[in-house]
Amino acid sequence: MLENNSTLLKFIFGRFTLDALPIHEPILVVTFIMVALGGTAVLGALTYFRLWGYLWREWFTSIDHKRIGIMYMVLGIIMLLRGFADALMMRAQQALAFGGSEGFLPAHHYDQVFTAHGVIMIFFVAMPMIVGLINIVVPLQIGARDVSFPFLNNFSFWMTVAGAIIVMISLFVGVFARTGWLAYPPLSEYAYSPDVGVDYYIWGLQVAGLGTLLSGVNFVCTIVKLRAPGMTIMKMPIFTWTALCTNILIVAAFPILTAVLALLTLDRYVGTDFFTNDFGGNPMMYVNLIWIWGHPEVYILILPAFGVFSEVTATFCGKRLFGYTSMVYATVVITILSYLVWLHHFFTMGSGASVNSFFGITTMIISIPTGAKMFNWLFTMYRGRIRFELPMMWTIAFMITFVIGGMTGVLLAVPPADFELHNSLFLIAHFHNVIIGGVLFGMFAGINYWFPKAFGFRLDPFWGKLSFWFWVVGFYFAFMPLYVLGLMGVTRRLRVFDIPSLHIWFIIAAFGALLIAAGIGCFLVQIGVSVLKREELRDTTGDPWNGRTLEWSTSSPPPAYNFAFTPIVYSADAWWDMKERGYHRPLTGFRPIPMPRNTPTGIILGGLSVAFSFGMIWYIWWLAALGFIGAIAVGIAHTFNYKREYDFSADDIARTEAARTHLLGAKA
Amino acid sequence: MTTLATTGDAFVATRDTAADSHGAAAASQRTAATPQFYVLDEHPHPAGYSTPLGFWLYIMSDCLLFSVLFATYGVLGGNYAAGPSPRDLFDLPLVAVNTTMLLLSSITYGFAMLAMQDNRAGRVQMWLAVTAFFGLCFIGIELYEFADFIRQGATPQRSAFLSSFFTLVGTHGLHVTTGLVWMVTLMTQVARYGLIEANRRRLMCLSMFWHFLDVVWIGVFTFVYLMGMLR
Repeated sequence: MLENNSTLLKFIFGRFTLDALPIHEPILVVTFIMVALGGTAVLGALTYFRLWGYLWREWFTSIDHKRIGIMYMVLGIIMLLRGFADALMMRAQQALAFGGSEGFLPAHHYDQVFTAHGVIMIFFVAMPMIVGLINIVVPLQIGARDVSFPFLNNFSFWMTVAGAIIVMISLFVGVFARTGWLAYPPLSEYAYSPDVGVDYYIWGLQVAGLGTLLSGVNFVCTIVKLRAPGMTIMKMPIFTWTALCTNILIVAAFPILTAVLALLTLDRYVGTDFFTNDFGGNPMMYVNLIWIWGHPEVYILILPAFGVFSEVTATFCGKRLFGYTSMVYATVVITILSYLVWLHHFFTMGSGASVNSFFGITTMIISIPTGAKMFNWLFTMYRGRIRFELPMMWTIAFMITFVIGGMTGVLLAVPPADFELHNSLFLIAHFHNVIIGGVLFGMFAGINYWFPKAFGFRLDPFWGKLSFWFWVVGFYFAFMPLYVLGLMGVTRRLRVFDIPSLHIWFIIAAFGALLIAAGIGCFLVQIGVSVLKREELRDTTGDPWNGRTLEWSTSSPPPAYNFAFTPIVYSADAWWDMKERGYHRPLTGFRPIPMPRNTPTGIILGGLSVAFSFGMIWYIWWLAALGFIGAIAVGIAHTFNYKREYDFSADDIARTEAARTHLLGAKA
Repeated sequence: MTTLATTGDAFVATRDTAADSHGAAAASQRTAATPQFYVLDEHPHPAGYSTPLGFWLYIMSDCLLFSVLFATYGVLGGNYAAGPSPRDLFDLPLVAVNTTMLLLSSITYGFAMLAMQDNRAGRVQMWLAVTAFFGLCFIGIELYEFADFIRQGATPQRSAFLSSFFTLVGTHGLHVTTGLVWMVTLMTQVARYGLIEANRRRLMCLSMFWHFLDVVWIGVFTFVYLMGMLR
């Protein structure tokens, strides 16, 4: 009888038991209570103000690229808070665990924290922000009405959300991986990590990765097929160019991640021998494959940031970008070279002097096109009329910071030096130097630059500047000490230290992290204050910065159809050209525009993916089967819907455009 | 403005002095010297305008997925761990029959596409059914082969060679199965809505997918089976 009962329980709950709830971990209990209170407050407020219907109709089911882009940004900012909380815990732990103290994080928890920090920051902060910016900006920059596959875009977004939810569930139900952010085997094999941690990692990344891949396909198509007439490939704005290269990289890199994670999944679930120590498996196969994806991935992140800086520099210096052609070629060369350097992540594998030299040299060569870009930005500034608005400030901070990070990168590219610095805090300092100083600064520049386009009002400059200074100063305090520590031989992922002389550097780094915390706080305040002061900050012209590219030619925020008439392009700086040559907004003669219809399929598929993954993670096979079959059924049912477009009527367009004329007139 | 000198292709740059008057329709204001900045009579991109390119991109990404599995087989395929080797297991005549099934299904899919060109929905359905039949035969024979290996103790868990063999061949089989599900869906849709534009596009995509799986199978047949016998 008892036995029957336990079989039944096993069938229903898989390997989930009440022990999986972390009630004995005070930190997690407090976190859970806070999240629960906050979550209840938000849900309560949404219900009280009757916003659910609005959110569902106007946002969750929306396939308007601008709204999807905004939702991506919101996801990125929320996950930034989670990822940064992990960072603060690590900094505090390392600052405290000296002189016999164990700090406040036990080993099994600390290991989860550093893994989650890396995974979340790359996959659920940097990627959503990049894809979000591309979503908001690219169709506008190329004069398109939407992306090539609007439904797919919505589906991609919800898959990214589903991946984030799967990773977040691990905080309160079970554990997360304790393997580091790339989950190297054999540690990530079932033999050494039998709990659910690595499974959360695998399914979270698989689901989100599928979304990213499809969004990559979507944007390559959009940029190749939907450009406005006249916009030849060498007249595309630089941000669109970098977006094109990034999405090509996504299409060419993410299948590798999918495949290698699938192989690890088979090892863990089926017992195959791909990356095991015995039966002919080879763990280094995993390390090679994951970095063949992983190195292009960092260029997927940085290239759009380069694009942002190019747009910002040209706009705020009031000059055409210096060396447009060389900028394009540099971007393309970086795109290609990014596939030829992956082995520099593990020179210590021992593949011999010739192989290491090859990858060391290709790595160093990447600094040439990157340096060319740097000079292009400098020469754009040279004799320009520079306006020190927030986007420009972030750009200058980037130029200084990124050059330091780039130089330490070239240092690491020298194999003998790398043998000393491998897996040390020097490496940690290097990649934070380029990812924060490059990608994150780029995102802040981009957010401050395009916020008025997305929402119709500018961000408050005072709190933005406060955030800027906290971030930049905090960054140097937090990461320069890590260079020193790395040179002193401190390796990454350590929890407790014995040598007192190292202590001061960790305290400085922790102080830096606190400054960054203030920077994030000011950023959130900046958004809040801007919403309150939105009338004062209102952008009625659609062109608040005297911009150069097509997104500034339409209203802020743009109408659903983006452009009443598709623009014709004669120059890389199409909008500047239009302004120079006496462009008149067309006021009559509108025609109906076919627009894609909203659909709930994306969010439903995302939910089913979470159910499927949860079932797989906890061995609840019935749930996994239901989720899988459900997703396929919903997907097939969606293909039976042939009426995916509706006409945005000419009258509605005339009304929308008249309102804009009124706004423009009020200003004049 | 130097920018204008370098960018004004066929047009002479002129600054309209009445630039700030938004009153009249711009179209009527245009003179011969002012370039036209927007498309007046627009034909929007038809539905499915980007689909062929998008589907090609998807297929290329799928191709990368297979290339990872091929590379893995290339690296680990010789690691028998004192277990069976390809020569002990592979039954080439059976694989030849199987290959024939898949190649025949590609030809019959081609006939379905020709029938689509002639707008003969019934014929399309017939050839799709034949294609699905050959596809099912392929899957059946593959499953029989797998079962045979497992009965001999050559399971995916036995060695890295067998892990990578089952994964590469099995992934191809899964793709064929997906293609079959898709084919049934499409046959239903053609039956219900006829050879409308959207369905033609979908038939075209499935055609590309199906032929792509054929190409991958040629790779599997060559690198796994034929070269395996030479090992």
